[in-house]
Amino acid sequence: MAAAAPMILYGLAGLAALFAAAKAHDELFAIHAWLVVLICIIAIFATARALKFGPEADDRPKEKYLDGVVRAGVVATVFWGLTGFLVGVVIAFQLSFPELNFDLPYTNFGRLRPLHTSAVIFAFGGNALICTSFYVVQRTTGARLALGNTAWFVFWGYQIFIVLAATGYLLGVTQSREYAEPEWYVDLWLTVVWVAYLAVFLGTLFNRKEPHIYVANWFYLSFIVTVAMLHIVNNLSMPVSFLGSKSYSLFSGVQDALTQWWYGHNAVGFFLTAGFLGIMYYFVPKQANRPVYSYRLSIVHFWSLIFLYIWAGPHHLHYTALPDWAQTLGMVFSIMLWMPSWGGMINGLMTLSGAWDKLRTDPIIRMMVLSLAFYGMSTFEGPVMSIKAVNSLSHYTDWTIGHVHSGTLGWVGMITFSALYFLVPRLWKQDGLYSLRLINWHFWLATLGIVLYTASMWVSGITQGLMWRAYDSLGFLEYSFAEAVAATHPMNVIRALGGVLFLLGALIMTYNLWRSARGDKRSERPMGAAMPATV
Amino acid sequence: MINHKVIETNATLMLVLSLVVVSIGGIIEIAPLFYLENTIEKVEGMRPYTPLELVGRNIYIREGCYTCHSQMIRPFRDEVERYGHYSLAAESMYDHPFKWGSKRTGPDLARVGGRYSDEWHVQHMIAPRSLVPESIMPGYPFLARTEIREDDIALHLKANKTVGVPYTADMIKNAVSDLKAQANPDADGGEALQKRYPKTQIRDFDGNPKKITEMDALLAYLQMLRTLVDFSAYKAEDNLR
Repeated sequence: MAAAAPMILYGLAGLAALFAAAKAHDELFAIHAWLVVLICIIAIFATARALKFGPEADDRPKEKYLDGVVRAGVVATVFWGLTGFLVGVVIAFQLSFPELNFDLPYTNFGRLRPLHTSAVIFAFGGNALICTSFYVVQRTTGARLALGNTAWFVFWGYQIFIVLAATGYLLGVTQSREYAEPEWYVDLWLTVVWVAYLAVFLGTLFNRKEPHIYVANWFYLSFIVTVAMLHIVNNLSMPVSFLGSKSYSLFSGVQDALTQWWYGHNAVGFFLTAGFLGIMYYFVPKQANRPVYSYRLSIVHFWSLIFLYIWAGPHHLHYTALPDWAQTLGMVFSIMLWMPSWGGMINGLMTLSGAWDKLRTDPIIRMMVLSLAFYGMSTFEGPVMSIKAVNSLSHYTDWTIGHVHSGTLGWVGMITFSALYFLVPRLWKQDGLYSLRLINWHFWLATLGIVLYTASMWVSGITQGLMWRAYDSLGFLEYSFAEAVAATHPMNVIRALGGVLFLLGALIMTYNLWRSARGDKRSERPMGAAMPATV
Repeated sequence: MINHKVIETNATLMLVLSLVVVSIGGIIEIAPLFYLENTIEKVEGMRPYTPLELVGRNIYIREGCYTCHSQMIRPFRDEVERYGHYSLAAESMYDHPFKWGSKRTGPDLARVGGRYSDEWHVQHMIAPRSLVPESIMPGYPFLARTEIREDDIALHLKANKTVGVPYTADMIKNAVSDLKAQANPDADGGEALQKRYPKTQIRDFDGNPKKITEMDALLAYLQMLRTLVDFSAYKAEDNLR
């Protein structure tokens, strides 16, 4: 009767949620409480259906590694990825054609934009990080995931967090802290899930069969622990009611601004960089079948990266009411950050030494190289933009949006896609992918999409920056704000089309992965083979 | 690098060292902002938000206005000429959370108060392109149809007081009547409201005296931005940081 305990737990949680729904301070909180009731009912039914009676229950041979949760994570990554990209395309078109906001609360840009950012960063990126870290930590330690089924709790707990956060944005439940929009009770839930994640990961490290901890795990570990710190400090707040959806942040004004951007920049630094460097350090050497280029470089760039990143937050607040000393510190450390960032890029690219010929035949390697190239480009562009003189032009403009997307679409997206292509045949125990040619299609669609996106946003951002500060010969401001809005319309349309291409690539990937998991094989000319002679 | 073996063969040590290394920057940059006295300039005129302004600010937050509008004017000639005096830290000292923003898809709003009439704002919220053809702002016609919640406003003031906003017992006790009084120039509470919150603008903002709508609240908030600090009494050179 091992299943009884969780079922009782779900029942109690469901009752507590029912109570919360009945006593809720506001209707939005009540809706979320009802949602939790529903989730608990589903959990009870799912557990009951999975019940095994008789001796077969525990006699199944255990796999060496707990891979079911990784498989679920791959599915979730693809699902949330498509969702996040789609919402991104929608809001890009809203910025080009504002009628698409439909004058409704649930479909306006202000509510959909956090849905997009959270869906891609936390739902797509987060699931990618959790599932790859579970895969990598088992392979590099030789140990099964620690603490039994806690990994499954992490997986489902994280999906519940995503659903609560996403529905909250649409309903208007938000703290309005960028990339930390979920309200206090969703934050508390994420804290519980995250501590469980840390426990599973660390526990597996403790059980390792190898004396050394592999470098990918350094990055994963620092990502998990730093995100915990950032999440807790940045979300300190006072709820209006403990059964209500609204809270007020503990800090105000200038202190709040720096706390938020300390968090915000390190959501980039640790969620989107350190974590994905963990992915890079396992999957690039595996796919290339080469050892990591430099062990010494990994050590130097790991410690300097995590030390320097934390300081970079104030560059989001240049020339604001934040004291000058803090702005300058932020700028100086942002520029220094260029070095450890490129340390990671060099270590990744040079790992391919002696395997460069694979670029011709292996589109996954091609994706990894492109990903590292984008990582290098955006970590160069970032320090440039953090220089106060440059920032005075670029801040508040689309240039920032373009910069973020060259990092996220280029680096985070591509390294994740290549890891997914690596994982699916192995996790579903097939002897290869459905089609390499389709990966090539994905590669080129995504690349073209990113190029359209970043190029149009450069033009748009610099146009905005220059028009806002332009003076005519008599010393008056030359343009109204609305003129700059009108001038950037074509770039907005091009950006949206870039997003469509990127989404199209992801759809092709989904089809390819699905057929691969089923074990299908597409009959196609091998990659890199000579063209058949046409006589 | 022989010594690194010690760290990479000990998971606990790795965890602790990582945490130490990532804590340093934040502590050095953020902690002093709480005790360095010159972080927030000395100004005349700042007061907490009135109940109606606070409700309006929460609508601004709920609808994600901050995703496209900043409230932070930088000290450049073009920004000061376009928007007004550069923003001071003191102006957001009661803002939980801050609303400086990070993007100007639309213009900065830090000094939008009093710049346009109420009628302009109502029309602009309902159909932005009827006034600014180039605008890409979403329409918010539903704000004019939705009534605000009045009964729990004291709880909002209390929560703000807990995190440091100087709301007095008097303000909390009269929160509901203050809320109603600000949107109704004929109500009795106007004088008391004005005394508790100097420079409060009391009027029916949305042109619909029958009910207090979200449009009333949002306009009360937008129209008070910039109106508090007395810049004639502000000496920039005394506040160099």
